[in-house]
Amino acid sequence: MGGYLPAAPEERRRQYEALGLSGPRDLYRDVPDEVYIDGPLDLPEPKSELAVRRAMENLAAQNVRFSTILRGAGAYDHYIPAAVSRIASKEEFVTAYTPYQAEISQGVLQSIFEFQTMICELTGMDASNASVYDGASAAAEGVAMCRDRNRTKAVVSGAAHPDVIATIKTYCFGAGTEVVVAPVKDGRTDLTGLVDDQTACVYIQQPNFYGLLEDGAALAQMAHEGGAKLIAGVNPITLGVLEPPAAWGADIAVGEGQPLGLPLSWGGPYLGFMATTHAMMRKLPGRIVGETTDKDGNRAFVLTMQAREQHIRREKASSNICSNEALCALTASVYLSMMGPGGLKQVGEQCYAKAHYLASELCKLPGVKLHFPGPFFHEFVTDLPNHNGVLSGLEAKGILGGLPLRDGLLWCVTEKQTKAELDQTVAIVKEVLGIWN
Amino acid sequence: MELIFERSRPGRGTDLLPPLDVPECPVPEEFARKNAPRLPEIGESDLSRHYQALARRAFGVCDGFYPLGSCTMKYNPKLGEDMAALPGFTGIHPLQPAHTIRGCQLAMAQTEYALARITGMDRVTLQPAAGAHGEFTGLLLIKAYHVHRGDTGRTVILVPDSAHGTNPASATMAGFTVRNIPSTAEGLVDLEALKAACGPDTAGLMLTNPNTVGLFERDILAITKIVHEAGGLVYYDGANLNAIMGVARPGDMGFDVCHLNLHKTFATPHGGGGPGSGPVGCKEFLAPFMPGSALCGNGGEHSIGQVRAFHANFLVVVKALTYLMRLGNSRVAEAAQGAVLNANYLKHKLEEAGYTAAFPGLCMHEFVLTLEGLKKETGVSALDVAKAMLDDGIHPPTMYFPLIVHEALMFEPTETEAPETLDRAAEVLADILRRAKEDPEALHAAPHSTVVGRPDETAAARHPVVRYTFPEG
Repeated sequence: MGGYLPAAPEERRRQYEALGLSGPRDLYRDVPDEVYIDGPLDLPEPKSELAVRRAMENLAAQNVRFSTILRGAGAYDHYIPAAVSRIASKEEFVTAYTPYQAEISQGVLQSIFEFQTMICELTGMDASNASVYDGASAAAEGVAMCRDRNRTKAVVSGAAHPDVIATIKTYCFGAGTEVVVAPVKDGRTDLTGLVDDQTACVYIQQPNFYGLLEDGAALAQMAHEGGAKLIAGVNPITLGVLEPPAAWGADIAVGEGQPLGLPLSWGGPYLGFMATTHAMMRKLPGRIVGETTDKDGNRAFVLTMQAREQHIRREKASSNICSNEALCALTASVYLSMMGPGGLKQVGEQCYAKAHYLASELCKLPGVKLHFPGPFFHEFVTDLPNHNGVLSGLEAKGILGGLPLRDGLLWCVTEKQTKAELDQTVAIVKEVLGIWN
Repeated sequence: MELIFERSRPGRGTDLLPPLDVPECPVPEEFARKNAPRLPEIGESDLSRHYQALARRAFGVCDGFYPLGSCTMKYNPKLGEDMAALPGFTGIHPLQPAHTIRGCQLAMAQTEYALARITGMDRVTLQPAAGAHGEFTGLLLIKAYHVHRGDTGRTVILVPDSAHGTNPASATMAGFTVRNIPSTAEGLVDLEALKAACGPDTAGLMLTNPNTVGLFERDILAITKIVHEAGGLVYYDGANLNAIMGVARPGDMGFDVCHLNLHKTFATPHGGGGPGSGPVGCKEFLAPFMPGSALCGNGGEHSIGQVRAFHANFLVVVKALTYLMRLGNSRVAEAAQGAVLNANYLKHKLEEAGYTAAFPGLCMHEFVLTLEGLKKETGVSALDVAKAMLDDGIHPPTMYFPLIVHEALMFEPTETEAPETLDRAAEVLADILRRAKEDPEALHAAPHSTVVGRPDETAAARHPVVRYTFPEG
């Protein structure tokens, strides 16, 4: 039946009978009359599977799908190998609960252990957790890891993603942590004079929101000289080609794992990852899988260091997190295994080269120039007259152009876009701007 | 079995991308990575088999009965998976212009409407990514409300001692102090203790109803009145909404704010730990504090800000909406009734088999057994019984929770199990009870048929090995 109740009405009647009850009101005898609902809820009537399929397909059809996406800003359109979604949709993974019962959950536990290892390899850190909700909440949880009695201030780069800054502020409103947003100079973080003996941590993003590459080592040094920790928010797709955050001094590396094989999906579900040093490992929030043995000496995996967690520590827990994004972590692991070190490097190199190609072609047009001078990865901001005209012109050809910001248009190019698509984009911009050679 | 890193061989892999079609442009040396990450190098066929082997070592709702208390492991309809895979949803960028996302907006609005009707709340946000995330969001609404009124002395959140661990943990994250409220011998909130705990420092009460021992708080109207009269607000933890959806509404009971778990009540799958979705509903007076987004807007006038990037775990919302459309008006209550009927049916069978319920009488969608007597008599613990169930292909119930019951096993069969599944589970548990009395030693060693035996958790925690160590050289 529509409610997915397997028992036929007659069978349910017999269940009531076995309990000596006459019907539903008997089951709910503790529910006071004042709140007991004896009528409909004002929802639509139940629908057949086919009717629901049509209704949902109709909703999906009311969205516009762009064939070329030149917009990133925290959500990235990369190629997803066929094996990734096939493997990640296996029912055993999809319908399992958190692996509390290790003996029948070795598959899920091992997949998380492998994920943790891959995140450590990408970031260069010593330990990773099993995932948190998304990159923004990972950043906020990273800030919470650093706060202590004497250091109750967090410095957050103004060149970080606006949603990440806002999420950190919200978590800090809860915890009573002061947030200072560091100014942006030429599109990059300026920490001058901001780190003091109250500062628990500095959060920076690499590449930053404007796509620019920060001088991570210099920022880490400024944080450390003030006795603060450095939290690096990194885009994992870059880590096949960019130095890992551990190499330039990060104490905690966090980020949004969506580029690793997760579709855009209008913003979620995505994947927050968190990794840190041995010294700070026991401050990580959420699930962590560890290796051990069973009584016969077989290798076995378990949820470990649970003394940090809410179901044991309650109000003294390091975080309240319970559900995480395990299936998204598995998806990312399959993606990284499919790509391998060579494939990930190739993705990074192509993103970099194609973004620089588009930037240079756009900047050949009169009146178009890069807004910031510094080195960038696969996103960049242009100054360009007539944003709206350009974006509408592109949209008419199925191209989602850069994100309009106060400072210009924030473009993104990945390995997925062909030279032909990029050339077409430039031609449309040229046409809209009324430049005929 | 081997780890994927142990299957890796240098030089293997899969050719996935066409060659670069624009001029080469190397990453500047100062930013370039010196040592490649040691990701697996593996062919697609071996990779496929690796994950199939992992899948065989996992246990989902597709594999068998999963009566895990407080987790609502109901069947996850496959239609939801199909709908969440529609390219018209998966291919949409979160920052597309408004006129290109009409379908996403309608899906959100329809889900918000249905959840508001079911909870009796005026407003719903779908932003929180999980139940605990919703708790945190809801508590921040309470905090912002008091702060906005200048009522800054309200720093205490009351939590029953039977509550989920996320409740006190969320309260701490939101900057509150936690005060525990004892339960009565009947397993309900102690009204006298509640009255005594309420005062000018009360920010609010968090309550699960039915509560974690599976009982409906029959004095719920008195409870919410006591807290309101003290100037506090009342938070509904929706973990157990499956018992009462369509039958009674938190909004009508006097709750001011609530969260729901789409991955419990609304049949979206758990994914081995996530993704979930934890929408928050509130009464109109809290609407100005609801979350928004720096890049996407939509926050209330005095918004608490945002708790994650972008809009929601949108594909989870799509699955829940699919389920809600199937259920419609009449079948929401039918699902809840089925869940409560199945729980009572299984409870009855287990009591007949010789088990002791922690609280007698009718239960809601879940019930708690206490194995304290069995442990004293035979030495067989709740853990031993749970592990023995693994050998019969049944996922064990929640163990040692709630904390107020000794040797607790908490069963939640859900409405999507047929009577014969419950009959068989009762037979399996009756047999375990018989063996516990005849040969307790054998049960201490259970399970016997799984790929590994009980892991050494103490060693794992004392000397954490949380990543693979590559061989030298």
